[in-house]
Amino acid sequence: MRPGPGTYRVGGKIYASVLGLVAERPPLVHVTPLSGRYIPRAGDVVVGTVTDVQTTFWLLDIAAPRWAPLHMTGTPWSIEVGETERYLHVGDAVVVRVENLEATGRIGVTMVGEGLGKLEGGTIVRVSPARVPRVVGRGGSMVEMITRLTGARLAIGQNGRIWVEGSPGAIHRVSEVLKRIDENGQRSGLTQEVEAYLRSTVPDGPVEPEVRPPAPAGARDRSDETDPRPWGGTRGDAPPSFRSEEL
Amino acid sequence: MGNVGAKDVPVLLSPEGLRLDGRRLDELRPIRIEAGTLHQADGSAFVEWGQNKVMAAVYGPREVHPRHLQQNHKAVIQCKYNMAAFAVDERKRPGLDRRSQEISKVIAEAFESVVFAEEFPRTSIDVYIEVLQANAGTRCAGLVAASVALADAGIPMVDLVPAVAVGKVAGQICLDLKKEEDNFGEADLPMALVPQSGRLVLLQMEGHMTEEELGRSLDLGVKGCREIYDRMKAALRERYALTPVAGGAA
Repeated sequence: MRPGPGTYRVGGKIYASVLGLVAERPPLVHVTPLSGRYIPRAGDVVVGTVTDVQTTFWLLDIAAPRWAPLHMTGTPWSIEVGETERYLHVGDAVVVRVENLEATGRIGVTMVGEGLGKLEGGTIVRVSPARVPRVVGRGGSMVEMITRLTGARLAIGQNGRIWVEGSPGAIHRVSEVLKRIDENGQRSGLTQEVEAYLRSTVPDGPVEPEVRPPAPAGARDRSDETDPRPWGGTRGDAPPSFRSEEL
Repeated sequence: MGNVGAKDVPVLLSPEGLRLDGRRLDELRPIRIEAGTLHQADGSAFVEWGQNKVMAAVYGPREVHPRHLQQNHKAVIQCKYNMAAFAVDERKRPGLDRRSQEISKVIAEAFESVVFAEEFPRTSIDVYIEVLQANAGTRCAGLVAASVALADAGIPMVDLVPAVAVGKVAGQICLDLKKEEDNFGEADLPMALVPQSGRLVLLQMEGHMTEEELGRSLDLGVKGCREIYDRMKAALRERYALTPVAGGAA
């Protein structure tokens, strides 16, 4: 056996370097961490917030060890140098994909791709990155159930940042559910537990007959609204609005 | 405390060989460790050790602030030890002083030798230790709390770092001094151990003892550290609802 991620070897013995669960995958021994910051992997879709605006790129907080630069060429917009601040401001939320990781620790991200873009409205709930698989559920069963029973729209980042949009009541219920999942991540039967909770709380809209999750009674359809941003869509390259079913 | 005349020196050791609080020479004060007590920190721990109460929070790895401290090949470990004004009998002047700067430095250096900092280049791992109530041995309690908090923060490291002070009280080598023993004793020797390698990563001494006594003190301290090590692991298991594995390390 050789030491894999989360382990180290001294004098022929393998020790855990992080607090976690041992998994033997010959020829490697892994320790899967139970806690800690999000460690980016290429291909991950993450939710981030803008922390700094430079002339050619933005810096995003994606809950990783370092801020991730989003270059203007990595967006669906055609931007001139120095125009970056007209598109994304400090505090704006975006969905991006981790593209490349350098040995220096630099995390390159892109906003070009399906399901990627700027997030309008909504709120961001944080869970441990280790809990993200539980939030998604097997084959997406957990998210599907949450969206069906609350009518909220969700964008789940692998980094444990989860964007939720919907009526205030829906956002509240989803936040409660996410808190429960975060606290009881190791427990089995979570999906049933969450379903029971959601059914026991009083929803603020019609209970069941929501056939299409992304367009519930509570959520507003944004396609008809005029764009409040300065370029007002005249450039023909306005940011794409995000839709949850694209994830 | 004020002025303490020689006649006020308490009897530190009873004729039966018991200490002020009834402990034997090689006995620790009661210790309680709780991991994950703070929500906003990446990792945290609270330690109640005798009459010490210490809180530790770990943030990171994250962006380095101030920028010029950034290292291109590894994470920097920044530690801030602070004692609350209300932690001692006589109000302590709040804020940085030479004592807290020294303790911050030695604790940061202890962690530098166990954390795999090369895994996170150009980042900072920030450790904050707040002493809420002090009764001798706060640097050890702080180090224990911070070490559990680092593990709670999922930071890769060689091992947890248990720490304890040994001292010479009324001519005897004692484990884990309390305040009166520290104040009126002859020597104080705080140390921190890496159980995996058996190395000491913190060793300081105040007072006097013979070479032979120093040797015995180190042996006693290592024994105490191993006892604390078990408590630290138990606290982390409790936090993550884990059952011990045979031969499982940190």
